[in-house]
Amino acid sequence: MSGIGKQKASTLEKSLGKGKPEVNIATFALLFSEIVQYCQNRVHTVPELQKKLSELGQSVGCHMLDVIFLREKGYKREVKLLNMLIFIKSSFWKIVFGKEADKLEQANDDDRTYYIIEKEPLVNKFISVPRDKGSLNCAAFTAGILEAVLNGANFPAKVTVHWHKGTTFMIKFDESVIARDKMVDSR
Amino acid sequence: MSRQGNRAGDPRKVNGELFTLTYGALVAQLIKDYENDEQVNKQLDKMGYNMGVRLIEDFLARANTGRCNDFRETADVIAKVAFKMYLGLTPVVSNWSTTGDEFSLLLESNPLTEFVELPPGHSNLNYSNLLCGALRGALEMVQMDVDVRFVQDILKGDNITEIRLKFIKRLEDAVPVGED
Repeated sequence: MSGIGKQKASTLEKSLGKGKPEVNIATFALLFSEIVQYCQNRVHTVPELQKKLSELGQSVGCHMLDVIFLREKGYKREVKLLNMLIFIKSSFWKIVFGKEADKLEQANDDDRTYYIIEKEPLVNKFISVPRDKGSLNCAAFTAGILEAVLNGANFPAKVTVHWHKGTTFMIKFDESVIARDKMVDSR
Repeated sequence: MSRQGNRAGDPRKVNGELFTLTYGALVAQLIKDYENDEQVNKQLDKMGYNMGVRLIEDFLARANTGRCNDFRETADVIAKVAFKMYLGLTPVVSNWSTTGDEFSLLLESNPLTEFVELPPGHSNLNYSNLLCGALRGALEMVQMDVDVRFVQDILKGDNITEIRLKFIKRLEDAVPVGED
C-alpha cells in the first residue's frame, strides 16, 4: 500500500514537461477507428453514436484544457469571450491538431452562436461514412473536446457538429456568458 | 531544428498528448461498460489486435526492412524500427531465454500512460494491453504466432514496464480448397 501511495504523489509532482511528444498519425487514426467501431456496437442510432463520441471527447477535453493552459498561457486564464475563441481557433487547434482551424465566424442573427469551420478535421481524415449512416460525423469527438474546454474555462456552451463547408462546429453559449462579457467590455 | 516555431508539422505526426488522453478516455469508458478488469483486458487486447493487423501493412510499406531471418532480428526490428515509428520510443530488448524463442521489451516510459494512475481496486487491469494485442496481431500477419504479455508494469508499482514475447509457432498460409 505504501508503494502505491508514493506513486500517487510522484505523478502529480512531476513537471508537465515542455514536450510536444509526437506520435505517428497511423497509430492515432487506428485507435480512433477502433473507438468508433466499439461505440457503434453499443448503440442503435447515428445521433447516439455521435453522443457517445462527444462524451469521449469531453473526457479528453477537460484534461487537455489544464495541460494546454498551464503550458501556453502561463497560469493566466482567458476572461473575455472573443479572446478565448481566438485562442481556441489558433493556438489550441495548432497544438492539438497540428494546424489552425480554418475559420471562426459569428452567426449573423444570434450573438450567442459562433462557428468554427474546418474543411477536413484530423479525426475524419481516414474515415469514410457508409451511405446508411448518412449524417454521421465523427468529428463529434472533436466537438466534445471543444465543449469540455469551453465549459472548463467557465464559458458554458453546447457544441454540435454539422456537415457544412466541410465540418462546422456550432458553439452555442449560455445567456450568462454573453451578458457577463458585455459587462466586462463596458468597464 | 532552430526554426521549429514555423514548422508546419510533419503531416504524419499527431500530438502525443491527444493520443494519450484519447486512449485514457477509451479505457475509462471500457471500465464503466464492463464489470471486471479481466473483461476490459480482453477488450483492449482485441482492439489492439485489430489495430496491429492493419498497422503491419503500414509498417511494411514505409520501413524498408527486408524479411527477418530469425526471431532475434524480429526483436530488433520491433524495438528499434516499429516502436520508434509508431510510438516514438525505443524499448530495450533483453532477457533472452536459452532457447532463443522468448525475449522481453523493457520500456522506461510509455506514451499510453503519460498522466495515468491506477486507482485502488483495479490492480488486475493491464492498462496498456492494447500494445500486447497490437504486437500479436501484427506478428500474426507475418506468419508468426507469438504470445505477448505484461510481466512488469510501472503503473502497478514496478520500476519498469516489461513485455514478454514468446514465439509459439510459424503459421502457414491456408491454401483455399481446390488450389495447389
